[in-house]
Amino acid sequence: MLTSRYLQVYLLAMKQVDKDILSVMASSIISPPSASFIVKKKELGSSAFSSSSSPSPFSVPKCNKSAAKKIVSAMAPQQAERMPATTGSVKTAMTLTEKIFARASEKPRLSPGDNVWVNVDTLMTHDISGPGSIGIFKREFGPDAKVWDREKVVIIPDHYIFTADKLANRNVDILRDFCNDQNIKYFYDIKDLGNFKANPDYKGVCHVALAQEGHCRPGEVLLGTDSHTCTAAAFGQFATGIGNTDAGFVLGTGKLLLKVPPTLKFIMDGEMPDYLLAKDLILQIIGEISVAGATYKSMEFAGTTVESLTMEERMTLCNMVIEAGGKNGVVPADSTTFKYLEDKTTIPYEPVYSDAQARQVFLTEYRFDITKLEPLVAKSIYLCSLNSPDNRALARECKDVKIDRVYIGSCTGGKTEDFMAVAKVFLACGKKVKVPTFLVPATRKVWMDLYTLPVPGSGGKTCSQIFEEAGCDTPASPTCGACMGGPRDTYARMNKAVVCVSTTNRNFPGRMGHKEGQVYLASPYTAAASALTGFVTDPREFLQ
Amino acid sequence: MAVCRSTTAISLSRNPNFSTTNPKPSLSFLPPPCLKLPSILPSFKPLTSQSPPDQRLSIPRATAADSATPTTTSTTFFHGHCYVVGDNIDTDQIIPAEYLTLVPSKPDEYEKLGSYALIGLPATYKTRFIEANQTKTKYSIVIGGENFGCGSSREHAPVALGAAGVAAVVAESYARIFFRNSVATGEIYPLESEVRICEECKTGDLITIELMESKLINHTSGKEYKLKPIGDAGPVIEAGGIFAYARMTGMIPSQAP
Repeated sequence: MLTSRYLQVYLLAMKQVDKDILSVMASSIISPPSASFIVKKKELGSSAFSSSSSPSPFSVPKCNKSAAKKIVSAMAPQQAERMPATTGSVKTAMTLTEKIFARASEKPRLSPGDNVWVNVDTLMTHDISGPGSIGIFKREFGPDAKVWDREKVVIIPDHYIFTADKLANRNVDILRDFCNDQNIKYFYDIKDLGNFKANPDYKGVCHVALAQEGHCRPGEVLLGTDSHTCTAAAFGQFATGIGNTDAGFVLGTGKLLLKVPPTLKFIMDGEMPDYLLAKDLILQIIGEISVAGATYKSMEFAGTTVESLTMEERMTLCNMVIEAGGKNGVVPADSTTFKYLEDKTTIPYEPVYSDAQARQVFLTEYRFDITKLEPLVAKSIYLCSLNSPDNRALARECKDVKIDRVYIGSCTGGKTEDFMAVAKVFLACGKKVKVPTFLVPATRKVWMDLYTLPVPGSGGKTCSQIFEEAGCDTPASPTCGACMGGPRDTYARMNKAVVCVSTTNRNFPGRMGHKEGQVYLASPYTAAASALTGFVTDPREFLQ
Repeated sequence: MAVCRSTTAISLSRNPNFSTTNPKPSLSFLPPPCLKLPSILPSFKPLTSQSPPDQRLSIPRATAADSATPTTTSTTFFHGHCYVVGDNIDTDQIIPAEYLTLVPSKPDEYEKLGSYALIGLPATYKTRFIEANQTKTKYSIVIGGENFGCGSSREHAPVALGAAGVAAVVAESYARIFFRNSVATGEIYPLESEVRICEECKTGDLITIELMESKLINHTSGKEYKLKPIGDAGPVIEAGGIFAYARMTGMIPSQAP
């Protein structure tokens, strides 16, 4: 959208401008007049970025999306060496992410741009990248090498499971052989593909399973061979995706060379309206900063809205950090986090938090008044422009877009609360869906919840009953499913060029299987509303 | 090619990183003085449509075929035809998810991955990256726009490009995991342009990239472009990937026999 394009241009332009001029913009407040703004220097104590140059005006149009008040404080991008203030005092304030890096690399302090060897607390891999990582591990460390810690490697087959594809099946076998050789403690195996429940260990989607099985802990370093490993940011830990080669390295050493990212802060305040979900929040953010707006940076989420989110909603928020190019996300741990973890892990953890005076160390600060936001979709426009998670539009503006199907699933939108949200909309409407509606619970626990938990306000009905009454497909076996297409026989894969509203995370061309298919990313509320009308639909049609 | 093996050549106190940008060009990475570079560029035969992938000095690659420590030769140039793509070329376009059942560390599957490189590009790309019935590309250089390689962390993406015969990618900017994977594997050399050369070059143009001078020459258009220095990822690339680098700097022991 217009604002995101200008922001993109602005951020790109910043690279060209003399850094001395930019350094005066520390913690400035930009008031959003329509055409231009003057950057004002905010009063600070001893700022590391004070300079005598006068501020330069930059033109950025006001956010044209609703009346969301947005204050952007722009700061000089962090350099590899941070200059101390002229008084000579050494800056010690660090952000949450920096503190995790410091502890993991056994350094008292560090700065964005530093490259450090970090100790990894948990390494996760799955059936897509596991075999390749294992191959590299064996090639580099020897066929008889042992992993650095058999309790810190978590192997979760989840992507291409319920398929007749021989290579896909073989890849799970490769994982099993490796886990047997290495005596890996956490391997959520599956052998009986016809009945997932017959497999005692099988869980499903790795990022949801990691959380549900207690592998996510505040303050820790979690690396996974999957870009959505950033989901675990919800737990106040550093979590990011890596490739096979890096994973092979970690398998052997338990360490990785990582660069400390600067942090962008996203402050969301206001009571969450009852038609909005975390998916809408992250779509808003990605639309503002673009699919490369957080590249090499950490995204820290704060504010009263974030504090009010459940763990699953925080996971949804953090899940799409990668869609903005973010290196990692982070939601500071609080009582909600601790409560969630109570019955899931006995391993002690120590949360860390950004220093109170660390305001000056945030690269940029964005503020959102949540009460002004509306349900969003990430549009899919074929041919002329680009399918992209940052191609954002109001759901109500797309009400003429006829759709062919709805998909509810994935690490982004296939958790218990996501299905509860769908059920809530169906309940409010009381009618049947107008298009095929596919339901793929992320994990076995989610699947069980659909069949056991009562939906509030339904008189004791379960999600599965409500879904059946609404005419949806029967909830499928838990897996990543059609989120990324998969082998041709994957349930709900898009094998024809159709239009789908989905609670998943990406809509690049061909993402769900067909290159000409169109995928509108949406919240579970919006997806459910769209299923009921056969068009992209704002959930307020049913929820207000 | 003699390579300085002293750990002081690349000291850990100035750790390499995987940054795409070097915000202060004056601090750009220079090769350690003890790295010997060839003084004469080797000659190369004229390119025809049947010729094998274009010429470049060998980059050590951590491919499935390599079982020994890669020789640390120094890359100074790339030469060949370019294939031009736009912005936000994501990993699903580089290697669609249905091919991810192929395991890159297995030699035959590595080759198959290469044959599917960029097959996910939409039909608006009229020229195929790999001809029908071929498994390798004739374009050894890919020129892209912003945010090249965005999307998934799948290492299959740079691997597929490398297996197809791509030697170098020149993009306006990269997504971080893709850049990191390129450096870690040594499969493709990820370079950044100063301007949007994806709008000035056309698929099929004959290109030379001179690394030491950070320069890209388009012989077809006659234009030259400045490239950004590789920055701190240089030592890792020159060493031949993260493992070779870690061995060279003593972080992990030498290759197991």
